[in-house]
Amino acid sequence: MTAPLIRIDTLSKRFQSGGGLFAKPRAMMAVRDVTLSIGKGEVLGVVGESGCGKSTLARLVLRLIEPSAGRVTFDGTEITALPPAALRKMRRRMSMVFQDPYSSLDPRHSLTEVLAEPFRVQGETLPPEQIPQMLEAVGLPATFAQSHPHQLSGGQRQRVGIARALALRPDFVVLDEPTASLDVSIQAQIIALLADLRDRLGLTYLFISHDLGLVRYFCDRIVVMYLGSVVEVLPDTRTAPRHPYTQALMASNFAPDPARRRMIEPLTGEIPSPFALPPGCAFATRCPRASDLCRQKAPALGGDAAHPVACFHPL
Amino acid sequence: MSALLDLDGVGVSIGRLALLEGISLTVERGQVLGLVGESGSGKSLTAMAAMGLLPLIGGRVTQGSVRFDGQDMAAMTEAQRRALRGGRIGFVTQNPMTALDPVQRIGEQVDVVSRLHLGLDRKAARARTLDLLTQLRIPEAAVVAEAWPHQLSGGMKQRIVIAMALAGDPDLIIADEPTTALDVTVQAQIIQILGNLVREKGVALLLITHDMGVVAQVCDRVAVLYAGRLAEEGPVRPLFAAPAHPYTAALIGCIPQDGMAKGSLTGIPGAVPSARAFPPGCRFHPRCARASDLCRSAPPPITPQGDGRVACHHPGAAR
Amino acid sequence: MIAPLRALRRPQGALAGLWLILVICAAILAPLLTPYAYDIQALPNAYQPASAAHWLGTDEFGRDLLTRLIYGARTSLSVSATAISISVLCGMVLGAAAAWFGGWLDRVVTMTVDLTWSFPEILIALILVAIIGPGTTGVMIAIAVAYLAQFTRLTRAQIMTLRGETFIEAARSLGAGNGHILFRHLLPNALAPVLVSAMLATGDAIILEATLGFFGLGAQPPVPSWGGMMSAGSALVFKAPWVIIFPGLAVAITVVAINLYGDALIGELDIRSRLRRDA
Repeated sequence: MTAPLIRIDTLSKRFQSGGGLFAKPRAMMAVRDVTLSIGKGEVLGVVGESGCGKSTLARLVLRLIEPSAGRVTFDGTEITALPPAALRKMRRRMSMVFQDPYSSLDPRHSLTEVLAEPFRVQGETLPPEQIPQMLEAVGLPATFAQSHPHQLSGGQRQRVGIARALALRPDFVVLDEPTASLDVSIQAQIIALLADLRDRLGLTYLFISHDLGLVRYFCDRIVVMYLGSVVEVLPDTRTAPRHPYTQALMASNFAPDPARRRMIEPLTGEIPSPFALPPGCAFATRCPRASDLCRQKAPALGGDAAHPVACFHPL
Repeated sequence: MSALLDLDGVGVSIGRLALLEGISLTVERGQVLGLVGESGSGKSLTAMAAMGLLPLIGGRVTQGSVRFDGQDMAAMTEAQRRALRGGRIGFVTQNPMTALDPVQRIGEQVDVVSRLHLGLDRKAARARTLDLLTQLRIPEAAVVAEAWPHQLSGGMKQRIVIAMALAGDPDLIIADEPTTALDVTVQAQIIQILGNLVREKGVALLLITHDMGVVAQVCDRVAVLYAGRLAEEGPVRPLFAAPAHPYTAALIGCIPQDGMAKGSLTGIPGAVPSARAFPPGCRFHPRCARASDLCRSAPPPITPQGDGRVACHHPGAAR
Repeated sequence: MIAPLRALRRPQGALAGLWLILVICAAILAPLLTPYAYDIQALPNAYQPASAAHWLGTDEFGRDLLTRLIYGARTSLSVSATAISISVLCGMVLGAAAAWFGGWLDRVVTMTVDLTWSFPEILIALILVAIIGPGTTGVMIAIAVAYLAQFTRLTRAQIMTLRGETFIEAARSLGAGNGHILFRHLLPNALAPVLVSAMLATGDAIILEATLGFFGLGAQPPVPSWGGMMSAGSALVFKAPWVIIFPGLAVAITVVAINLYGDALIGELDIRSRLRRDA
């Protein structure tokens, strides 16, 4: 079996907030002990709700923020140990598409300058004849080359963001909720574009989203996160969930089909504050299957290697 | 008995821009009408028209009428309309983070509604508030009533907003994207609460959303808006099973579903037109696979379709 | 077309821009435009009202008022513009450094700059001129220091806001270093509001310069300045009112013109209002 393209080992990130003369600083683990691998050509989905740490994980994988512990290995090189110059060169091979198309482009730069920036940072220049091709590859007309972001719609801006991420022909792209700010009809266009680009350019994707339906459609494997930890890794999109939280997520994802209306038993309670996590399993406060064991000890991710679950009473 | 809310051929303009045209829909007691559309479709504007709040954004009704329980809202005085809002018509806004006054405690904000619209005194209003919070499954209602908005999460805040909408004992609730800003598991809870309200109390619910999944889950009837016009309207099951308007069909097809083959999600080419540049004829024609010369020149009339209506020159299979 | 030129298309921008261009050209071409020298006295001709020989009359020393007005424009404009330019440059450097490095540097810069801000500009100017001595150099430094706080704070605020923007994070994800981000993203985006603020401050600075000149602290005689002329004219209000009126009008109209042009420029730089107008 070929080695995975990305290996993430016990990655953790701790954030501190508050503190001052009269208050003690509080700390929370945005990402705790995450171990994953991503194979070449794979589309790995990471799904979860607010506070689950998926956006932080995305940034840790690209080392846009420094981890508190753990390491990330890209194609055999440990990027968490690289010095700045080497890291910059490594960034040719991995890039990111951001969630908000309205603020991810510098309003003062024309599209040509946006596309030229990745080259400039690497000390190269963008050959002008390449620009029309870069724009057309993401479905934008070449005439947009001198336009500025405010002249484009949200969907068009997101296409520019994708073109920028692909400018240096990376191997790996992290997609941080790339369609969350877009209308559903535009979302579908962008997803189709991403799928097409992945096939043509042999890309590997890390796809972050809160939309489980979208992740199940687009991704090969699915990682489910809750309050900073991985609770389940589904080996494919057809396998039934074993973690109660994953099941709740699936149940909350209403199908656009009244024939499949269901009487759901919604989760009680709210997501606890990450600054004041209860001992034991973080999900125990809301879990219909929680027992005393769950409230005392935090379950580790284990079980079947192909379908690990972090639960004492999996389904 | 006449419908509780009846919009008949409503047109709305802001300045010189005609943003809504020919909107006709009704909401009955004990029924949930879903108003669906993407951004720029005019759904929020429709909600504002239904509550007589258009002057707030510089808009006005240019055609048609808005009737609440048989009475024309345009014929009422502003004082009468104000008595309706918060009283017989409750409103749930989109963003719970900004819907509550940050410098007033939760309890007071809910109390004021029942004091104003039901004439309750302080003690009775507070008792009603606590009762409402408990009904909405808010734990430790008395503690929450003394809390400040910033101490609550988004899901809790939205429940408070619903409590405020209920405090005036409404016959109609208008909810404008009530769950868009919330996590999906919290959304399920809120949708469940709203559905139960309709069933148990017999209130009418106008639910505005862009999420077809939510519509399928909780609505009885659906109205689909596109670029300021009604595309299709009808009971929920036939509309999803056999959508008559190509936009409805395309919109449903944009949503990833279980069992969908990879690559089958294509989206709708083009984008929603801006109000400054609506296409002539049918506004959907530039993006429609079925568009003909007729579509490009003449706006489609609204024709009956089964137990509903559709505005299309070439509607799909009859239901 | 760049924003300053586009601003001329708006009606208030056109009118204001016309006056400003007129004043600037007059100041630059002063020796060519003026029939007289500004410092040659001709006492028999003193206190003359407007006539064919002297379009604006003469002052208490018989000097042609129009000539002195045009040379006075040189003084006022050059002193204010230079002072503000120095202030902007220093302010941007300090503000960017404070925002970028944060920590104790930020605290020191902010506190120092706030100290100057808590004094009225005229007071700071007077104190500095008292230390440095009267004359244009002193006035320039005084004005530069008086307005430093404004540009430092503005730049700092702009950069702190911009740092959180997604396009900065995007640049980092491409491997951009601090220099690239500062010079290609932060400063250009922060520049526009600072430049507009500088423009409006130039108007204030002209008034400040005139005020200092009024107290005899600015350009020393016989070099004319609008403030100095007004000071001399204040004693002659009933005898030869034109001596104070014309420089006063010159200051007023120029400052109003700067503000109007600045408004037009803001309109052109603000992307959203441009779209509204173009739509």
